[in-house]
Amino acid sequence: MARKDVQRQLREQFIEENGIICLDNVSKAYSTGSPALNNVSLTIKPGEFVFIVGNSGSGKSTLIKLLLRELTASSGSVYVMGHDLSKIPRRKIPQFRRNLGVVFQDFRLLKDRNVFENVAFAQRVIQVPAKEIQRNVPAILSTVGLAGKYKSKPRQLSGGEQQRVALARALVNKPSILLADEPTGNLDPTNTWEIMNLLEEINANGTTVLVVTHNSEVVNAMQKRVITLKKGVIVSDEEEGGYIDED
Amino acid sequence: MKISTLFYTIKQGLANIFRNKMFSLASIATISACLFLFGLFYAIVANFQHIVRTAEEGVSVTVFFHYEGELPDGCEQHFEGQVPTAERIEEIGQQIAGRVEVSSVEFVSDEEAWETFGKDYFGEDFKDGFPDNPLAGEDSYQVFLSDVSMQGTLVSWLESIPEVRLVRYSEATANTLSGVNLLIAYVSIGIIAILLAVSIFLISNTVAVGISVRKEEISIMKYIGATDFFVRAPFVVEGMIIGLIGAIIPLGLIYSVYNYALTYVMGRFEMLSGFLNFLSVKEIFTILAPVSLLVGVGIGFMGSISTVRKHLKI
Repeated sequence: MARKDVQRQLREQFIEENGIICLDNVSKAYSTGSPALNNVSLTIKPGEFVFIVGNSGSGKSTLIKLLLRELTASSGSVYVMGHDLSKIPRRKIPQFRRNLGVVFQDFRLLKDRNVFENVAFAQRVIQVPAKEIQRNVPAILSTVGLAGKYKSKPRQLSGGEQQRVALARALVNKPSILLADEPTGNLDPTNTWEIMNLLEEINANGTTVLVVTHNSEVVNAMQKRVITLKKGVIVSDEEEGGYIDED
Repeated sequence: MKISTLFYTIKQGLANIFRNKMFSLASIATISACLFLFGLFYAIVANFQHIVRTAEEGVSVTVFFHYEGELPDGCEQHFEGQVPTAERIEEIGQQIAGRVEVSSVEFVSDEEAWETFGKDYFGEDFKDGFPDNPLAGEDSYQVFLSDVSMQGTLVSWLESIPEVRLVRYSEATANTLSGVNLLIAYVSIGIIAILLAVSIFLISNTVAVGISVRKEEISIMKYIGATDFFVRAPFVVEGMIIGLIGAIIPLGLIYSVYNYALTYVMGRFEMLSGFLNFLSVKEIFTILAPVSLLVGVGIGFMGSISTVRKHLKI
């Protein structure tokens, strides 16, 4: 059996035993101030829908950055899809990130490119043949309800539409995990629910979804697993939990 | 890399130029300004060097040989030595021609020497008062140098040949020309250093603007899983195209300005044409064009690489 196949098998076995995301006693300290995360351990199983909640400075953003391997842990281990992120070589980070879809509060679309180009960009990065891009992009745009707006530039779209483009971009490469950092932070209630329904749909199709949010209404209504962080420590982890206001 | 990715990279590189029009214009203007100054300076220095070199080509060393008969009055006999045969004189001529500091050697027989001297000083009828050649025995080689600073070495060597009676040369001319050459070299190095410092300052400022424009775009690419190469390649293509345009503009300007200046100077000061020999625009561009294009593309390449590198660590 080839080395790559063995490694893949080992990763699959790891995921089965330890989850698709696994943090083992993870701490992250910046050069100034108290640690952003302090001995955090958690496991997220494939196909789960998890909310990460907490106030500003609770360590949510640091957690997302660790999962994206933008940062490395000061101590402890972070495993995502069976990869030990402290050991992953720099040149293999792009390959690793292609298995993750990411959505941000500020959408982070390429402003000078239209909707089609923004979504196609994610496929170009992984060198999908042009013909397949022509097939895949319209399909994912219709999934997020933007089939008719493929020529529009981001500035011509509403906040909700821009976030749907960002979602389409995150999903077009069929990632195993979707990380959403405050995806509804800039949206009105109607758009917020449209996005949350889409996330639920994506999760129903097998993608593990991790949503970092402040929105208590959404968290309470959706009855999903909720992990609450406070000053870098997990203070609660509940199945079908609700938003715990730390103030 | 797949062909489609290559085309995509080139297309994106071109598109980037139009997407960030102001940045592209600022970069092109900066590179153009630097290369224009460089080109102008090069044209001036190259002409100076050319004029000095032309003067150097006129500098010669004359070598006289021992003679069997009595030397004419006033002829100097500096060294005791052997009288050479005609074959030996030819052999010495070949040895002189083979030396690195020599550009050409001309044999002047005593007859030819008398012809030239007589005509110059006594007119066409110069032989009337002189039945015999007063310069008999004054066979010589006129040696032209490729580098006047090496005149001393050549003279020492010539004086060590036993058949050589006299070596005539002008130390002052050679020293002056060598001095001018050295001065031009020092001034060139100084001005190039200043130009380089100004260029680096201007270009690093332009790059700093580029960084702020590109920061978000690069971070998005990295989050999506783009490799460093994929992120960098369109920026590099963009930088190289900007550098190329930034080199072509000053080259065009210098071409027109130089041609105009040359026509103007030669037309206005015709009397200068006898001793001031300027380089043609073609001669200037043989070196200036490839160097400017290379420097322009190089600056664009390095600038874009350094712009992107700072943001690739995400």
